[in-house]
Amino acid sequence: MKEFRHLENIVTLEYYPEKCVGCGACSTVCPHGVFIQENDIALLVDRDGCMECGACALNCPTRAIDVRSGVGCAQAILYGWLSAIPFLRKLFIPDACCS
Amino acid sequence: MADRIGAVCVRIGIGRDNYRIAPGLYALGDPDAESPVLVTCNFKLTFDLLRRELAGRSLWLLVVETYGINVWCAAGKKSFNADEVAGRVRAAGLDKVVTHRTLILPQLAAPGVAVRKLPKLCGFSGVFGPLRAEDLPAFLDAGLHAGPAMRIVKFPLGDRLRVALVEVHGARKFMAWILAACVFLALLGPGGSSFTGVMGAGAGAFGAVLAGFLTGVFLVPAFLRQIPVRAFAAKGLIAGALIGLFLTAFLGRAWPEKAAALMACAAFASWFAMHYTGSTPFTSLSGVDKEMRRYMPVQGALLVFATMLWLAWAWWGKTVMGGLS
Repeated sequence: MKEFRHLENIVTLEYYPEKCVGCGACSTVCPHGVFIQENDIALLVDRDGCMECGACALNCPTRAIDVRSGVGCAQAILYGWLSAIPFLRKLFIPDACCS
Repeated sequence: MADRIGAVCVRIGIGRDNYRIAPGLYALGDPDAESPVLVTCNFKLTFDLLRRELAGRSLWLLVVETYGINVWCAAGKKSFNADEVAGRVRAAGLDKVVTHRTLILPQLAAPGVAVRKLPKLCGFSGVFGPLRAEDLPAFLDAGLHAGPAMRIVKFPLGDRLRVALVEVHGARKFMAWILAACVFLALLGPGGSSFTGVMGAGAGAFGAVLAGFLTGVFLVPAFLRQIPVRAFAAKGLIAGALIGLFLTAFLGRAWPEKAAALMACAAFASWFAMHYTGSTPFTSLSGVDKEMRRYMPVQGALLVFATMLWLAWAWWGKTVMGGLS
Protein backbone atom coordinates (compact mmCIF):
# COMPACT_ATOMS: atom_id res chain seq x y z
CA MET A 1 0.00 0.00 0.00
CA LYS A 2 1.43 3.34 -0.99
CA GLU A 3 -0.33 5.27 1.77
CA PHE A 4 0.69 3.01 4.65
CA ARG A 5 3.91 1.02 4.86
CA HIS A 6 5.10 -1.52 7.36
CA LEU A 7 8.73 -2.67 7.79
CA GLU A 8 11.11 -2.63 4.82
CA ASN A 9 13.19 -5.55 3.50
CA ILE A 10 11.42 -8.22 5.50
CA VAL A 11 8.95 -10.05 3.25
CA THR A 12 9.66 -13.57 1.98
CA LEU A 13 8.28 -12.91 -1.52
CA GLU A 14 10.40 -14.40 -4.33
CA TYR A 15 9.68 -14.02 -8.04
CA TYR A 16 11.24 -16.14 -10.81
CA PRO A 17 10.49 -14.24 -14.03
CA GLU A 18 11.94 -16.99 -16.22
CA LYS A 19 8.96 -19.18 -15.21
CA CYS A 20 6.33 -16.48 -15.92
CA VAL A 21 3.86 -17.27 -18.71
CA GLY A 22 2.23 -13.84 -18.60
CA CYS A 23 -1.27 -14.96 -17.54
CA GLY A 24 -1.76 -11.84 -15.41
CA ALA A 25 -3.18 -13.68 -12.39
CA CYS A 26 -0.73 -12.13 -9.91
CA SER A 27 -1.40 -8.53 -10.89
CA THR A 28 -5.15 -9.27 -10.78
CA VAL A 29 -5.25 -10.75 -7.29
CA CYS A 30 -2.66 -8.56 -5.51
CA PRO A 31 -4.40 -5.96 -3.30
CA HIS A 32 -1.25 -3.81 -3.13
CA GLY A 33 -0.11 -3.53 -6.74
CA VAL A 34 3.08 -5.45 -5.97
CA PHE A 35 3.00 -6.95 -9.49
CA ILE A 36 2.04 -5.27 -12.74
CA GLN A 37 1.52 -6.84 -16.13
CA GLU A 38 3.66 -5.36 -18.90
CA ASN A 39 4.44 -6.73 -22.39
CA ASP A 40 2.99 -10.17 -21.57
CA ILE A 41 5.11 -10.66 -18.48
CA ALA A 42 4.64 -9.91 -14.79
CA LEU A 43 6.93 -7.32 -13.22
CA LEU A 44 7.66 -7.17 -9.50
CA VAL A 45 7.44 -3.43 -8.91
CA ASP A 46 6.86 -3.00 -5.15
CA ARG A 47 8.29 -5.89 -3.13
CA ASP A 48 8.08 -4.03 0.19
CA GLY A 49 4.36 -3.45 -0.39
CA CYS A 50 3.76 -7.22 -0.05
CA MET A 51 1.72 -8.40 2.94
CA GLU A 52 2.40 -12.12 2.31
CA CYS A 53 -1.26 -13.03 1.80
CA GLY A 54 -0.19 -15.68 -0.72
CA ALA A 55 -2.88 -14.91 -3.32
CA CYS A 56 -0.36 -14.50 -6.17
CA ALA A 57 1.59 -17.67 -5.40
CA LEU A 58 -1.60 -19.73 -5.04
CA ASN A 59 -3.00 -18.47 -8.33
CA CYS A 60 0.25 -18.66 -10.33
CA PRO A 61 -0.03 -21.62 -12.74
CA THR A 62 3.74 -22.13 -13.07
CA ARG A 63 4.99 -21.53 -9.51
CA ALA A 64 6.90 -18.48 -10.62
CA ILE A 65 6.15 -16.89 -7.24
CA ASP A 66 7.10 -18.19 -3.83
CA VAL A 67 6.12 -16.67 -0.50
CA ARG A 68 5.74 -17.88 3.07
CA SER A 69 2.12 -16.84 3.38
CA GLY A 70 0.27 -16.14 6.60
CA VAL A 71 -1.59 -13.43 8.41
CA GLY A 72 0.26 -10.41 9.79
CA CYS A 73 -1.66 -10.52 13.04
CA ALA A 74 0.10 -10.23 16.42
CA GLN A 75 -2.50 -12.33 18.22
CA ALA A 76 -2.20 -15.21 15.76
CA ILE A 77 1.61 -15.15 16.02
CA LEU A 78 1.48 -14.95 19.83
CA TYR A 79 -0.92 -17.90 20.07
CA GLY A 80 1.33 -19.80 17.69
CA TRP A 81 4.27 -19.30 20.07
CA LEU A 82 2.24 -20.08 23.20
CA SER A 83 0.75 -23.23 21.70
CA ALA A 84 4.28 -24.57 21.22
CA ILE A 85 4.67 -24.70 25.01
CA PRO A 86 3.40 -28.11 26.19
CA PHE A 87 1.31 -26.95 29.15
CA LEU A 88 -0.31 -24.10 27.23
CA ARG A 89 -1.10 -26.14 24.14
CA LYS A 90 -4.65 -26.86 25.26
CA LEU A 91 -5.40 -23.20 26.03
CA PHE A 92 -4.06 -21.56 22.88
CA ILE A 93 -4.92 -22.83 19.44
CA PRO A 94 -2.25 -21.78 16.94
CA ASP A 95 -3.40 -19.23 14.38
CA ALA A 96 -6.54 -18.64 16.39
CA CYS A 97 -7.41 -15.07 15.45
CA CYS A 98 -10.76 -14.48 13.72
CA SER A 99 -12.10 -17.91 14.56
CA MET B 1 -33.20 -1.32 10.69
CA ALA B 2 -32.80 -4.64 12.51
CA ASP B 3 -29.79 -5.25 10.25
CA ARG B 4 -28.32 -1.88 11.26
CA ILE B 5 -28.61 -2.66 14.97
CA GLY B 6 -27.21 -6.12 14.30
CA ALA B 7 -24.25 -4.58 12.47
CA VAL B 8 -23.36 -2.32 15.39
CA CYS B 9 -23.67 -5.18 17.87
CA VAL B 10 -21.58 -7.54 15.82
CA ARG B 11 -18.74 -4.98 15.50
CA ILE B 12 -18.37 -4.76 19.26
CA GLY B 13 -18.75 -8.50 19.55
CA ILE B 14 -22.33 -9.15 20.68
CA GLY B 15 -23.45 -12.27 18.84
CA ARG B 16 -20.41 -12.00 16.59
CA ASP B 17 -19.67 -15.69 16.59
CA ASN B 18 -23.17 -16.49 15.43
CA TYR B 19 -23.64 -13.84 12.75
CA ARG B 20 -23.82 -16.20 9.83
CA ILE B 21 -26.27 -17.29 7.20
CA ALA B 22 -26.91 -20.72 5.71
CA PRO B 23 -24.65 -21.57 2.75
CA GLY B 24 -26.39 -22.14 -0.59
CA LEU B 25 -27.77 -20.31 -3.60
CA TYR B 26 -29.73 -17.08 -3.02
CA ALA B 27 -31.67 -15.03 -5.58
CA LEU B 28 -31.30 -11.27 -5.51
CA GLY B 29 -34.11 -9.49 -7.34
CA ASP B 30 -35.53 -11.67 -10.09
CA PRO B 31 -32.60 -13.53 -11.70
CA ASP B 32 -32.88 -15.86 -14.71
CA ALA B 33 -30.63 -18.39 -16.46
CA GLU B 34 -28.44 -15.62 -17.91
CA SER B 35 -27.89 -13.71 -14.66
CA PRO B 36 -24.40 -13.48 -13.20
CA VAL B 37 -23.43 -15.63 -10.21
CA LEU B 38 -21.51 -13.96 -7.38
CA VAL B 39 -19.74 -16.11 -4.80
CA THR B 40 -19.38 -14.86 -1.23
CA CYS B 41 -18.81 -15.92 2.39
CA ASN B 42 -21.52 -16.60 4.96
CA PHE B 43 -20.69 -13.70 7.31
CA LYS B 44 -23.99 -11.85 7.51
CA LEU B 45 -22.39 -8.37 7.42
CA THR B 46 -20.84 -9.26 4.04
CA PHE B 47 -24.10 -10.68 2.72
CA ASP B 48 -26.02 -7.55 3.80
CA LEU B 49 -23.37 -5.32 2.19
CA LEU B 50 -23.77 -7.15 -1.13
CA ARG B 51 -27.56 -6.87 -0.97
CA ARG B 52 -27.23 -3.15 -0.32
CA GLU B 53 -24.64 -2.43 -3.03
CA LEU B 54 -26.48 -4.53 -5.62
CA ALA B 55 -30.00 -3.34 -4.79
CA GLY B 56 -32.19 -3.14 -7.88
CA ARG B 57 -30.20 -5.75 -9.80
CA SER B 58 -31.10 -9.35 -10.50
CA LEU B 59 -28.41 -11.94 -9.90
CA TRP B 60 -27.49 -15.10 -8.03
CA LEU B 61 -25.49 -15.16 -4.82
CA LEU B 62 -23.71 -18.42 -4.04
CA VAL B 63 -22.86 -18.40 -0.33
CA VAL B 64 -20.11 -20.77 0.79
CA GLU B 65 -19.41 -21.99 4.33
CA THR B 66 -16.75 -19.83 5.99
CA TYR B 67 -18.15 -20.29 9.52
CA GLY B 68 -19.28 -16.69 9.78
CA ILE B 69 -15.81 -15.32 8.93
CA ASN B 70 -15.32 -12.52 6.37
CA VAL B 71 -14.00 -13.24 2.86
CA TRP B 72 -10.39 -12.15 3.38
CA CYS B 73 -9.78 -13.86 6.73
CA ALA B 74 -11.59 -17.02 5.56
CA ALA B 75 -9.40 -17.12 2.44
CA GLY B 76 -6.30 -16.53 4.57
CA LYS B 77 -7.30 -19.44 6.81
CA LYS B 78 -8.20 -21.50 3.71
CA SER B 79 -11.81 -22.26 4.65
CA PHE B 80 -12.76 -20.22 1.55
CA ASN B 81 -11.09 -22.47 -1.07
CA ALA B 82 -11.68 -23.95 -4.53
CA ASP B 83 -13.01 -27.27 -3.20
CA GLU B 84 -15.54 -25.49 -0.99
CA VAL B 85 -16.72 -23.31 -3.89
CA ALA B 86 -16.98 -26.31 -6.24
CA GLY B 87 -18.87 -28.29 -3.60
CA ARG B 88 -21.45 -25.50 -3.20
CA VAL B 89 -21.81 -25.21 -6.99
CA ARG B 90 -22.63 -28.93 -7.23
CA ALA B 91 -24.87 -28.93 -4.14
CA ALA B 92 -26.92 -26.06 -5.56
CA GLY B 93 -27.17 -27.75 -8.99
CA LEU B 94 -25.96 -24.48 -10.46
CA ASP B 95 -25.40 -26.02 -13.91
CA LYS B 96 -29.19 -26.46 -14.15
CA VAL B 97 -29.97 -22.97 -12.83
CA VAL B 98 -27.86 -20.92 -15.24
CA THR B 99 -26.79 -21.47 -18.86
CA HIS B 100 -23.43 -19.68 -18.61
CA ARG B 101 -20.43 -21.17 -16.80
CA THR B 102 -18.84 -18.22 -15.01
CA LEU B 103 -18.48 -17.54 -11.29
CA ILE B 104 -17.57 -14.08 -10.02
CA LEU B 105 -15.39 -14.39 -6.93
CA PRO B 106 -14.35 -11.60 -4.57
CA GLN B 107 -10.74 -10.57 -5.25
CA LEU B 108 -9.94 -10.97 -1.57
CA ALA B 109 -10.83 -14.68 -1.79
CA ALA B 110 -7.67 -15.17 -3.87
CA PRO B 111 -5.39 -16.16 -0.93
CA GLY B 112 -7.60 -19.24 -0.51
CA VAL B 113 -9.10 -19.94 -3.94
CA ALA B 114 -6.88 -21.20 -6.77
CA VAL B 115 -9.26 -20.10 -9.47
CA ARG B 116 -7.68 -22.19 -12.26
CA LYS B 117 -8.74 -25.38 -10.42
CA LEU B 118 -12.46 -24.55 -10.63
CA PRO B 119 -13.23 -25.76 -14.21
CA LYS B 120 -11.97 -29.26 -13.42
CA LEU B 121 -13.72 -29.36 -10.06
CA CYS B 122 -17.16 -28.06 -11.01
CA GLY B 123 -17.32 -27.11 -14.69
CA PHE B 124 -17.45 -23.40 -13.95
CA SER B 125 -14.59 -20.99 -14.49
CA GLY B 126 -13.90 -18.22 -12.02
CA VAL B 127 -13.30 -14.50 -12.51
CA PHE B 128 -12.04 -12.26 -9.72
CA GLY B 129 -14.33 -9.30 -9.18
CA PRO B 130 -13.30 -5.97 -7.64
CA LEU B 131 -11.82 -5.67 -4.17
CA ARG B 132 -14.71 -3.61 -2.75
CA ALA B 133 -18.40 -4.52 -3.03
CA GLU B 134 -19.22 -0.90 -3.91
CA ASP B 135 -17.36 -1.35 -7.25
CA LEU B 136 -19.44 -4.40 -8.22
CA PRO B 137 -22.05 -2.46 -10.24
CA ALA B 138 -19.30 -0.80 -12.32
CA PHE B 139 -17.53 -4.15 -12.71
CA LEU B 140 -20.72 -5.85 -13.94
CA ASP B 141 -21.57 -2.97 -16.29
CA ALA B 142 -18.06 -3.03 -17.78
CA GLY B 143 -18.46 -6.68 -18.83
CA LEU B 144 -16.67 -8.16 -15.81
CA HIS B 145 -13.70 -5.85 -16.02
CA ALA B 146 -12.00 -4.18 -13.03
CA GLY B 147 -9.39 -1.49 -13.56
CA PRO B 148 -6.27 -1.24 -11.37
CA ALA B 149 -7.97 1.27 -9.04
CA MET B 150 -10.62 -1.35 -8.19
CA ARG B 151 -7.93 -3.86 -7.22
CA ILE B 152 -6.00 -1.87 -4.62
CA VAL B 153 -6.96 -1.93 -0.96
CA LYS B 154 -7.49 1.36 0.93
CA PHE B 155 -7.62 2.00 4.64
CA PRO B 156 -9.45 5.28 5.33
CA LEU B 157 -10.08 6.68 8.82
CA GLY B 158 -13.63 5.30 9.09
CA ASP B 159 -12.46 1.76 8.31
CA ARG B 160 -9.50 2.09 10.68
CA LEU B 161 -11.77 2.95 13.60
CA ARG B 162 -14.54 0.48 12.70
CA VAL B 163 -12.13 -2.45 12.73
CA ALA B 164 -10.60 -1.15 15.99
CA LEU B 165 -13.88 -1.98 17.74
CA VAL B 166 -13.08 -5.68 17.47
CA GLU B 167 -10.11 -5.11 19.79
CA VAL B 168 -12.48 -3.89 22.51
CA HIS B 169 -14.27 -7.23 22.39
CA GLY B 170 -11.04 -9.19 22.16
CA ALA B 171 -9.51 -7.45 25.17
CA ARG B 172 -12.42 -7.64 27.63
CA LYS B 173 -11.21 -10.70 29.56
CA PHE B 174 -7.61 -9.50 29.47
CA MET B 175 -8.65 -6.12 30.89
CA ALA B 176 -10.69 -7.79 33.66
CA TRP B 177 -7.57 -9.71 34.72
CA ILE B 178 -5.53 -6.51 34.61
CA LEU B 179 -8.08 -4.77 36.85
CA ALA B 180 -7.83 -7.64 39.34
CA ALA B 181 -4.03 -7.43 39.20
CA CYS B 182 -4.13 -3.66 39.84
CA VAL B 183 -6.29 -4.11 42.95
CA PHE B 184 -4.06 -6.95 44.15
CA LEU B 185 -0.92 -4.82 43.75
CA ALA B 186 -2.66 -1.92 45.50
CA LEU B 187 -3.28 -4.28 48.44
CA LEU B 188 0.46 -4.90 48.72
CA GLY B 189 1.15 -1.37 49.83
CA PRO B 190 0.26 1.51 47.54
CA GLY B 191 -3.34 1.52 48.81
CA GLY B 192 -2.40 1.76 52.45
CA SER B 193 -4.53 -0.11 54.97
CA SER B 194 -8.00 1.30 54.25
CA PHE B 195 -10.51 -0.13 51.77
CA THR B 196 -10.97 3.21 50.00
CA GLY B 197 -7.21 3.64 49.82
CA VAL B 198 -6.77 0.27 48.12
CA MET B 199 -9.64 0.88 45.73
CA GLY B 200 -8.38 4.35 44.91
CA ALA B 201 -4.81 3.18 44.25
CA GLY B 202 -6.05 0.19 42.22
CA ALA B 203 -8.34 2.41 40.15
CA GLY B 204 -5.51 4.88 39.58
CA ALA B 205 -3.24 2.12 38.27
CA PHE B 206 -6.02 0.71 36.11
CA GLY B 207 -6.60 4.22 34.78
CA ALA B 208 -3.03 4.28 33.45
CA VAL B 209 -3.62 0.90 31.78
CA LEU B 210 -6.94 2.08 30.36
CA ALA B 211 -5.30 5.21 28.94
CA GLY B 212 -2.75 2.93 27.25
CA PHE B 213 -5.53 0.70 25.94
CA LEU B 214 -7.50 3.59 24.42
CA THR B 215 -4.29 5.05 22.95
CA GLY B 216 -3.27 1.77 21.34
CA VAL B 217 -6.73 0.81 20.10
CA PHE B 218 -8.09 4.15 18.86
CA LEU B 219 -5.47 6.92 18.87
CA VAL B 220 -2.72 5.01 17.05
CA PRO B 221 -5.09 3.79 14.29
CA ALA B 222 -6.51 7.31 13.92
CA PHE B 223 -3.04 8.88 13.60
CA LEU B 224 -1.47 5.90 11.84
CA ARG B 225 0.11 8.06 9.16
CA GLN B 226 1.19 10.93 11.40
CA ILE B 227 3.27 8.91 13.90
CA PRO B 228 6.61 8.84 12.07
CA VAL B 229 7.79 5.26 12.72
CA ARG B 230 6.89 2.02 10.89
CA ALA B 231 6.49 -0.55 13.66
CA PHE B 232 3.07 -0.49 15.33
CA ALA B 233 4.57 -1.27 18.73
CA ALA B 234 6.83 1.77 18.33
CA LYS B 235 3.88 3.94 17.33
CA GLY B 236 2.17 2.76 20.52
CA LEU B 237 5.23 3.55 22.64
CA ILE B 238 5.41 7.10 21.33
CA ALA B 239 1.69 7.81 21.55
CA GLY B 240 1.40 6.11 24.95
CA ALA B 241 4.32 8.07 26.37
CA LEU B 242 2.83 11.36 25.11
CA ILE B 243 -0.61 10.58 26.55
CA GLY B 244 1.01 9.39 29.79
CA LEU B 245 3.02 12.59 30.02
CA PHE B 246 -0.12 14.67 29.46
CA LEU B 247 -2.19 12.78 32.04
CA THR B 248 0.51 12.67 34.73
CA ALA B 249 1.00 16.41 34.39
CA PHE B 250 -2.42 16.77 36.00
CA LEU B 251 -2.87 13.56 37.98
CA GLY B 252 -0.83 11.60 40.47
CA ARG B 253 0.87 12.75 43.61
CA ALA B 254 4.60 12.07 43.68
CA TRP B 255 7.06 11.69 40.82
CA PRO B 256 7.60 7.92 41.27
CA GLU B 257 3.87 7.34 40.87
CA LYS B 258 3.76 9.59 37.83
CA ALA B 259 6.75 7.82 36.25
CA ALA B 260 5.20 4.41 36.93
CA ALA B 261 1.89 5.49 35.36
CA LEU B 262 3.69 6.91 32.32
CA MET B 263 5.66 3.70 31.76
CA ALA B 264 2.57 1.50 32.18
CA CYS B 265 0.61 3.69 29.76
CA ALA B 266 3.38 3.45 27.14
CA ALA B 267 3.76 -0.32 27.61
CA PHE B 268 0.05 -1.05 27.19
CA ALA B 269 -0.37 1.39 24.29
CA SER B 270 2.50 -0.40 22.56
CA TRP B 271 0.97 -3.81 23.26
CA PHE B 272 -2.46 -2.90 21.92
CA ALA B 273 -1.09 -0.98 18.93
CA MET B 274 0.91 -4.10 18.09
CA HIS B 275 -2.28 -6.18 18.23
CA TYR B 276 -3.94 -3.77 15.83
CA THR B 277 -1.69 -5.19 13.07
CA GLY B 278 -4.23 -8.01 12.71
CA SER B 279 -6.91 -5.48 11.77
CA THR B 280 -4.88 -3.73 9.09
CA PRO B 281 -4.80 -4.77 5.43
CA PHE B 282 -1.07 -4.23 4.88
CA THR B 283 1.09 -5.91 7.55
CA SER B 284 2.87 -9.15 6.69
CA LEU B 285 3.53 -12.21 8.84
CA SER B 286 7.30 -11.60 8.62
CA GLY B 287 6.96 -7.91 9.52
CA VAL B 288 4.72 -8.46 12.54
CA ASP B 289 6.86 -11.37 13.73
CA LYS B 290 9.93 -9.13 13.61
CA GLU B 291 8.38 -6.23 15.49
CA MET B 292 6.97 -8.55 18.18
CA ARG B 293 10.41 -10.06 18.83
CA ARG B 294 11.90 -6.59 19.05
CA TYR B 295 9.27 -4.77 21.12
CA MET B 296 7.71 -7.35 23.44
CA PRO B 297 10.84 -7.33 25.66
CA VAL B 298 10.60 -3.51 25.79
CA GLN B 299 6.93 -3.69 26.79
CA GLY B 300 7.70 -6.29 29.45
CA ALA B 301 10.59 -4.31 30.87
CA LEU B 302 8.53 -1.12 31.07
CA LEU B 303 5.74 -2.93 32.88
CA VAL B 304 8.13 -4.55 35.39
CA PHE B 305 9.83 -1.18 36.05
CA ALA B 306 6.46 0.54 36.47
CA THR B 307 5.25 -2.07 38.95
CA MET B 308 8.49 -2.07 40.95
CA LEU B 309 8.60 1.71 41.12
CA TRP B 310 5.00 1.89 42.28
CA LEU B 311 5.51 -0.72 45.01
CA ALA B 312 8.93 0.55 46.04
CA TRP B 313 7.55 4.05 46.51
CA ALA B 314 4.79 2.69 48.75
CA TRP B 315 7.15 0.55 50.80
CA TRP B 316 10.19 2.74 51.26
CA GLY B 317 9.34 5.96 49.50
CA LYS B 318 8.46 8.06 52.52
CA THR B 319 11.80 7.34 54.16
CA VAL B 320 14.34 6.65 51.39
CA MET B 321 12.96 8.41 48.34
CA GLY B 322 11.09 11.14 50.16
CA GLY B 323 13.93 13.56 49.90
CA LEU B 324 13.81 13.38 46.11
CA SER B 325 10.17 14.27 45.60
